[in-house]
Amino acid sequence: MADGKVAVALTVNGERREALVEPRLLLSDFIRHVLRLTGTHVGCEHGVCGACTVLVDGAACRSCLLFAVQANGAEIVTVEGLAGPDGALAPLQQAFRDCHALQCGYCTPGFLISAHAFLRDTPDAAERSDAEIRSALSGNLCRCTGYQAIVKAVRQAAPAYREAGLEERR
Amino acid sequence: MKPAAFVYRAPASLPEALAQLREFGGDARVIAGGQTLVPAMSMRLARPAALIDLNGVAELAFLRAGADAIEIGAMTRQRTLERSAEIGRHARLFHLALPHVAHFQIRNRGTFGGSLCHNDPAAELPAVAAALSAEFVIAGASGDRTVGADGFFAGLLSTALEPDEILRAIRIPYLPGSCGFGFAEVARRHGDFALAGAAAVLRLGGDGTLDLARLVLFGVDDGPVRAHAAEAAMLGERPSDDLWSAAAAAAVAGISPVADLHASALYRREVAETLARRVLRQAAAELRDG
Repeated sequence: MADGKVAVALTVNGERREALVEPRLLLSDFIRHVLRLTGTHVGCEHGVCGACTVLVDGAACRSCLLFAVQANGAEIVTVEGLAGPDGALAPLQQAFRDCHALQCGYCTPGFLISAHAFLRDTPDAAERSDAEIRSALSGNLCRCTGYQAIVKAVRQAAPAYREAGLEERR
Repeated sequence: MKPAAFVYRAPASLPEALAQLREFGGDARVIAGGQTLVPAMSMRLARPAALIDLNGVAELAFLRAGADAIEIGAMTRQRTLERSAEIGRHARLFHLALPHVAHFQIRNRGTFGGSLCHNDPAAELPAVAAALSAEFVIAGASGDRTVGADGFFAGLLSTALEPDEILRAIRIPYLPGSCGFGFAEVARRHGDFALAGAAAVLRLGGDGTLDLARLVLFGVDDGPVRAHAAEAAMLGERPSDDLWSAAAAAAVAGISPVADLHASALYRREVAETLARRVLRQAAAELRDG
């Protein structure tokens, strides 16, 4: 009974996915090993580093702190879901590139998802203080950059989100 | 770093969840936000035979302004409280404390009830519940029972919940009149559990003396510590820095902080006293300005 697999059906980056999973399978491992979406990275696997952050029903969450079975019926967006359908970088991704906001890149998927959620929910992010942007990024650890360039990239991407938000309300 | 195997149940109602909990006779755990339980399982510090997932129990996620209290379902996400105007109006202490609770990604998933039931001594939300004299509505086989904050937080990582019970809701009684709130903590990094922290609620009566004073310390004992003696000594007094210093000193007289890798017991006591004074000043400043 304990090893009985459970059926899950969820939407990942707009695509319907179904699988049979062990209850103990972490969502992060499900995304990487079952769905083969290896953009989501696993760092600490106990909720500290933020590398595995994904959107679950629109909310940024650690995918290593959820079981795949708990995502049944949910809508997941991973870093692969940020770029356009033609693979064109989203404005946030382009800003990371422009500002050298990554070096080894291991933490980047998590930063992108966290920053995406912050910018989406904060239309006036460009006018916010560095301290506020840093606070929004404090749930993600980067060991290379010293964060300066990441804060800069988030600031650079902010107007694109505001315009997209205005577009949506029209 | 992978959890051991377990049986997964996803009940749709509270009675169903209670029945499933009984079925496993103490070997099952309920999972709320899972932001503590999942890493504990990954590290095999916890190995429940079954998980009863409350995330599908819609009746446990609500926020209601009742007649004499604001009622919060145990499965209400911490982020929901943080963004609630209702909470801002009636229980603003939450809005001072929540930015200190981990990071927004954790608060998106973490629940109010989950934090209370875990009762980590360094956690912010049990301290908030204690400072607001929360009442805990506990569901069990024979119906609901209600426990006060002093009774609910039973000791280190333990509460008044019996193994076959589930926290249904938390009632935060309204505080009539205009109150001042204070909240502060010291942690190694932003979002970490506190090395020490304090929360305060103050209110002035018509004669300019305090007719309500609450002071809670956390991170310095088995759970949130309501400083009853310090509170009693402030009642009927006029706000003053001397009063806050005396109350802070009285508050730390009753605690027994632990020493660990991050701080010695003496350091925790000194920080707690400073923070107690600071939150009382903050709360008093709100009284003056508000």
